[in-house]
Amino acid sequence: MGRTGNEPLLKVEGLKQYFKVNRNFTVKAVDDVSFEIYPGETYGLVGESGSGKSTIGRAIIRLYDPTDGKITFKGTDISGKLNVKGNHMLRTQMQMIFQDPMASLNPRKKVEDIIGEGLDINHMYGSRAERAEMIRNILKKVGLAPEHAGRYPHQFSGGQRQRVGIARALVMNPSLIIADECISALDVSIQAQVVNLMKDIQDETGTAYLFIAHDLSMVKYISDRIGVLHLGHLLETGTTDEIFSHPIHPYTRSLLSAIPSPNPVVEKKRVAETYDYASSGIDYNKGTSHHVEGTHYVRCTDEEYARFLKAAEKEVS
Amino acid sequence: MDTREKILDIKNLDISFKTTAGYVHAIRGIDLELHKGETVAIVGESGSGKSVTMRAAMGILAKNAVVNSGTINFTYRHDDGSEEKVEILTKDKKWIRTHINGKRMAMVFQDPMTSLDPTMNIGNQIMEGMIWHFHMPKEEAHKKAVKLLEEVGINDAEARMKNYPHQLSGGMRQRVVIAIALACNPDLLICDEPTTALDVTIQAKILELISRIQKERGISVIYITHDLGVVAKIADFVNVMYAGKIVEKGTINEIFYDPKHPYTWGLLSAMPDLETDDPRLYTIPGSPPNLLHEKQGDAFAPRNKYALLVDDKAQPPMFKVTETHYAATWLLDPRAPKVEMPPELKARLERTKKSAGILGTGNSPEALAARAESEAKTGAAADRTERSGD
Repeated sequence: MGRTGNEPLLKVEGLKQYFKVNRNFTVKAVDDVSFEIYPGETYGLVGESGSGKSTIGRAIIRLYDPTDGKITFKGTDISGKLNVKGNHMLRTQMQMIFQDPMASLNPRKKVEDIIGEGLDINHMYGSRAERAEMIRNILKKVGLAPEHAGRYPHQFSGGQRQRVGIARALVMNPSLIIADECISALDVSIQAQVVNLMKDIQDETGTAYLFIAHDLSMVKYISDRIGVLHLGHLLETGTTDEIFSHPIHPYTRSLLSAIPSPNPVVEKKRVAETYDYASSGIDYNKGTSHHVEGTHYVRCTDEEYARFLKAAEKEVS
Repeated sequence: MDTREKILDIKNLDISFKTTAGYVHAIRGIDLELHKGETVAIVGESGSGKSVTMRAAMGILAKNAVVNSGTINFTYRHDDGSEEKVEILTKDKKWIRTHINGKRMAMVFQDPMTSLDPTMNIGNQIMEGMIWHFHMPKEEAHKKAVKLLEEVGINDAEARMKNYPHQLSGGMRQRVVIAIALACNPDLLICDEPTTALDVTIQAKILELISRIQKERGISVIYITHDLGVVAKIADFVNVMYAGKIVEKGTINEIFYDPKHPYTWGLLSAMPDLETDDPRLYTIPGSPPNLLHEKQGDAFAPRNKYALLVDDKAQPPMFKVTETHYAATWLLDPRAPKVEMPPELKARLERTKKSAGILGTGNSPEALAARAESEAKTGAAADRTERSGD
């Protein structure tokens, strides 16, 4: 997917999202994060729970008011106070798929009304027939039958419900979809179905994804580029290949080493790399961005960078 | 074989749940064995009945459960070394609660936030079982609880005793749950998806902890999960469940390097492979069956592209592959057409075998590619229209 010379679809610069708990204590959920998403690509955000990956997604779609930083979406600044036009553009062009399809679908609404809600609000159809037609098409696209439109969410299985969630996002024809752990609650075989569906939709409509997950093996499958997040800091970012074949930061390396593989003989002997921020002596706040190669960046101090590189090279040889 | 001491022996277990919509036939004839010091994994999708089986073994089935048939024999040793055999299903709940639960069999649940009591500090929660079962003096229980916390890798255990669950991280909470389970020195530890709610890095730590404790204490572990990667790390034996039945069982190497059931093929193929760049993931089409409506024949047949006509008529019995390896699929019947696993999976298994240092079939890459091609042809031919010997 071409990205050089292309205008980024979404540009996040120095995003900070703080939550004030009381007078003396503020949680810095996201601290100085910058990345870009280009049209039609998938950017994977990975990190453990509490690393701020969901917060970033929610700040971008403006479910939160970012503390600081600039978010540019399709050339419009969407980080400050939104005017009517900006708000309308954001709410139609950017959509979100949530983690738990049971909790995110209104149990008292029929599927057609769940999917059609965005269309209703933004007056995107001329007649009832046109609305029904749009919903029918979108259901077909996500692999559901048109007769499913009249059913309620509880009448579906987990995988089907997530398809409804995807249909709801897709019906607005967005240019960016934020998928917040959208496959974590599903079974392995159903996960694969949903990931394949998302890839097919991307090939067809050219929408971009911000794919938030903690399962690195699935992220590898779907993402063009990956950002690794820990304690609110973006530690390493690069193409999927760069991150997986040449991880620099010890946190990234520990994440990669923790992926279980279906190979019992190897797996039984293997001990995952440990990474403990408190005892590692690394201070994320002091780090600056270091360019490794291509689009591969690592955030650390100069001295740490030299050390990480040496450790990474030892691994290769 | 006979030197192994049998701990748990489930025979022909069959359970239904009475619901307003009718009877849900959740468990349809399960045989399961567990020997001392071994780890058995039960793998399957949600709703396949893996948790219900273990709940039956612990005697904590829901009130609307009806046991249609089957026996569950649990053997444990008293402190003086004498053996005692219990038939779980014949005992009432109260007896099981005083004699088995927590004391001889302990369970680690999926979500450590909901399985811990938020109003009680973790020290008291660990001590509770010891005081209740053994009437242990409080000081002694306290000392033992601190030692347990150290054993499960919690630093500064003495101070942590006074903490409440919400003050701990997810991984630490699960360590506390494991400490509680170990408190009464059980013979059998049942882990019901203990790492599903945790991150990968913490998951690896918890798995290492469970296998370390198992080695040190020599206890038996039953591990319920839907993640085959987890199974590879800890299990000795694997049971693959689908729609209330065990469809394939064998040693870990047999299941991972030589699977026979199409459902196991599907599960293995659906795992993302980090070494290849296939643009698409393999998926098992459709979704698990609704057990409310009983279906004639093999429950997996509608999702199985290798299904034969006979699959719609009769349930396949367990076919023996080796002494330890069994699979319930008509494909293993001598009269069935010869069907091999999908070529992509075959290539992948060859690769994993190579990296594991196990000699493959000794084929050169060219021969392998040629065989994969011919297999692709036979795979296409063996679709549902083909009639088996029946």
